[in-house]
Amino acid sequence: MPKVPGLVTGLGVTAKTFFKTVFPDGPTKPPAPSKGAHTVQYPHVKEAPPDRARGVIALHHDNCTACMLCARECPDWCIYIEGHKELAPPRRAGGKPRQKNKLDRFDIDFALCMYCGICVDVCPFDALFWSPEFEFSEMKIADMLHDKSRLADWMHTVPEWGAYEAGAEVKTKKLPSPSS
Amino acid sequence: MTGTHEAGVVSPSEHTPLVSGANGDIAADLDITNEQQLRYIAGQAADARVNIELETEGMTLNIGPQHPATHGTLRIVARLDGEQVISAEPIMGYMHRGYEKLTEVRTYPQVTTLINRIDWVGSFANEVPFILAAEDLMDVEAPPRAQYIRTALFEMGRIANIMLFLGDMPVQLGGVTAIFYAFRDREFVLNQIESATGGRFHPNFNRIGGVKDDLPAGWIKETKTAMQKVRDFCDEIEDLVMGNEIFQSRCRGVGIIPPDVGKAYGLSGANLRASGVDWDLRRDADSPLAWKDLDWKVWTHPDGDSFSRFWVRLQETRESSYMVEQLLDGLPSGPIMAKVPRIIKVPAGESYVQTENPLGAMGYYVISKGELTPFRVKIRTASFSNMSISPWLLEGVYVPDIATILASLYFILGDIDR
Amino acid sequence: MLSTLLALNPPYWVETLTKIGIGLVAVLLPTGALVYLFLFKMMSFMQSRLGPMETGPYGQLQLLAEFGKFLQKEDIFPSKADRFVFGAAPFVVLVSTFLLVLVLPAGPDTHFVDLNTGIYFAMAVSSVSVIGILMAGWGSNSKYSLLGGIRAAGQLIAYELPLVLSVVGVVIMAGTLNMKGIVAAQADFGIWFIIPQIIGFFIFMVAVQAELTQPPFDMPVAESELVTGYLTEYSGIRFLLFFIGEFATAAVFSAIGATLFLGGWTIPFVDANAAIMDYIGPLVLAAKMVFIAFLIFWFRITFPRFREDQLQRLAWKFLIPLSLANIVVTAIFKVVF
Repeated sequence: MPKVPGLVTGLGVTAKTFFKTVFPDGPTKPPAPSKGAHTVQYPHVKEAPPDRARGVIALHHDNCTACMLCARECPDWCIYIEGHKELAPPRRAGGKPRQKNKLDRFDIDFALCMYCGICVDVCPFDALFWSPEFEFSEMKIADMLHDKSRLADWMHTVPEWGAYEAGAEVKTKKLPSPSS
Repeated sequence: MTGTHEAGVVSPSEHTPLVSGANGDIAADLDITNEQQLRYIAGQAADARVNIELETEGMTLNIGPQHPATHGTLRIVARLDGEQVISAEPIMGYMHRGYEKLTEVRTYPQVTTLINRIDWVGSFANEVPFILAAEDLMDVEAPPRAQYIRTALFEMGRIANIMLFLGDMPVQLGGVTAIFYAFRDREFVLNQIESATGGRFHPNFNRIGGVKDDLPAGWIKETKTAMQKVRDFCDEIEDLVMGNEIFQSRCRGVGIIPPDVGKAYGLSGANLRASGVDWDLRRDADSPLAWKDLDWKVWTHPDGDSFSRFWVRLQETRESSYMVEQLLDGLPSGPIMAKVPRIIKVPAGESYVQTENPLGAMGYYVISKGELTPFRVKIRTASFSNMSISPWLLEGVYVPDIATILASLYFILGDIDR
Repeated sequence: MLSTLLALNPPYWVETLTKIGIGLVAVLLPTGALVYLFLFKMMSFMQSRLGPMETGPYGQLQLLAEFGKFLQKEDIFPSKADRFVFGAAPFVVLVSTFLLVLVLPAGPDTHFVDLNTGIYFAMAVSSVSVIGILMAGWGSNSKYSLLGGIRAAGQLIAYELPLVLSVVGVVIMAGTLNMKGIVAAQADFGIWFIIPQIIGFFIFMVAVQAELTQPPFDMPVAESELVTGYLTEYSGIRFLLFFIGEFATAAVFSAIGATLFLGGWTIPFVDANAAIMDYIGPLVLAAKMVFIAFLIFWFRITFPRFREDQLQRLAWKFLIPLSLANIVVTAIFKVVF
């Protein structure tokens, strides 16, 4: 049998895709191109990104001690931290008053942020978390600077630590309970 | 200094050279007589007259920097004679971001973040040679599970990159459907990279000593489904594009690179393998990544034309999908990070590591003086050397062939300009 | 229908204006339908995507939106362009298309003009668009446009010949140049000309694809090299006119192809001269036109483009000898049988 010319097989490929798009459930059901096409009609239909997707950074400010490691390590220098030292009451009666760092200002400028995750990695106190939220576009660039309270709000969207594949030695961690 | 020099007076019979600079001895050494010099000048003038008389007016066409055919801001100045190219010269640098200078003032994790963006389609593959060079200097080796994960993500980056090429080259030639299939099926691979690393194009997943995190549950099964889709896509492209007689007549015999010319110009990757040179850094270079544990073959093609470059890359995509499946089947259990200090100070030394990236051979030459930041990083990118052959290659071809040849060489501007 | 309308004895100006109106509708309505159905929707489905969905239900008003968008754009003239040539080029292309619809019969009594040399007139008038394209390429005063215009001139002239020669085979079989006569001949034979003239149909489709500068023959508009070739410098309403011209020509050529090869407005087993065909005829013709346009766009979506020299080689060395052979064989069959 002579070989079918490539032109005809090419036509066959486009025709096959056409039928798969228009009749995704087979030729007996009515045409449903919205289902058969691979287009996700955002914003009517939303696709959920995977849990690890780097959407936005959330801050759990109970854990933050204003050590400035994240602001130092950021390649873009988009984290602005200000803090002051406070004296907290001693843990036991008769002891020395403890010095605590209190966080005044923690802003991340998401217009500059490269979404690299170095700040989340480097934080020694597990105060920063990734959240897969991505719908935070603003009309003004100045609104892209998320302040402390907004970053704390993002904590609600941080997913639970996912399980790992078989053979992994890394342990899952627990998310901190929501701060006051 | 011989004789006196009165302005404008030179006696031709003397052995006095017409050139005399601060070191008049140089001219004396050269022993050029006046007669020889005058004869030379007269000859040049005669040549110039002939050139002007015979010269036909060529049209200078500026392709780019904004143009659909160039993958970014590449400018090609082509002198045309009708529809034939007399000479073509690429002008790069419109996208130069100063990476090598940036790395001098960034710590190693920050550099890893930045260099993701050099070849922005090949995601993971950009980080690996740099991290390997730093690990070489620190004398640290990542555990086997980390090497397997690295290799799997590397190959998936290769698949994502080459799938874009398989869709993009037909578009350059006019067949608009293939690129939609490419983007549609690439999504599966990118989704897998995202669920493991958090980023589709810029994973930033490598760390000195291993990888950042382990794979999420269910990833292996999903990735195998994605690899099957990749293979289906390769079959579809074979039917739609490679078997198409029009595509073959546009590509066969166009832009032939003989193997010795390719090697002389520093080509690498699929461009060189399509000319018949059996050279693949995954097999030939001694790399800690897991390629030596796998059963795979290197694809070459004897013709060096555009069609063979397309063919080789298609076969490589299929081969990579099988490699990923083998890697995931044989994934060893264990830790993913070796013991490294928290603050990374790489000891002084120099190291050069080259790997087989999707676009070709990419290498990082890291010089460290024992500080937090590298002293100097030289980035050898594949596309820069691949483009160097284009003036030679584009001589005498028709204007449509410019698009074919540039598409088949497959460069990414970020890779050329850094 | 024509005789009933004429029996009303309207004044000449009413008759002319009505004919102009119906002519515009007859060209623009199929054009809009073709653009929506094939360019927006079929192309999208073949590429696994949806196409326009937001403007109107399932994106049906997209063409209206594009029309509005083009209307409100600035009318740019390149500084050193030849103003008259540059400005007149889209109109030349459009005029040739609108003139083509004059000879299309859509029923036993539904036509604009009954020319005895109908198909000859159609072929001649369609060549006028070449001048329009050359005017566009030259008048733009840009190297890209010039390259596109020259390529177009060479290609369109080369493919005129196979187009005309493939039609000659049909004319021989029908025995007349009159379009209504060709339709009547197909009804008399009881068989549509596509079956005995299958080679002619194939040559006709290839030549029409080239005449419309659609891929695989779209070197003049090769997007990846020349931006849009001879159309590069056009913007706003003038670009829209070219765009409409391209699809209107596709619609009209598909209708001509349906008339020549698929039996025009006739349906098998229905009497060709029945009065009801005056009203159903245009619909039948539209359906057949949509089928042939489907073929044109299917090829457009699937194939990459030819290089200019390969294109010319295909026309001169393959299609023309093939069509000449087709004519000889048809003539022999006509005389012998």
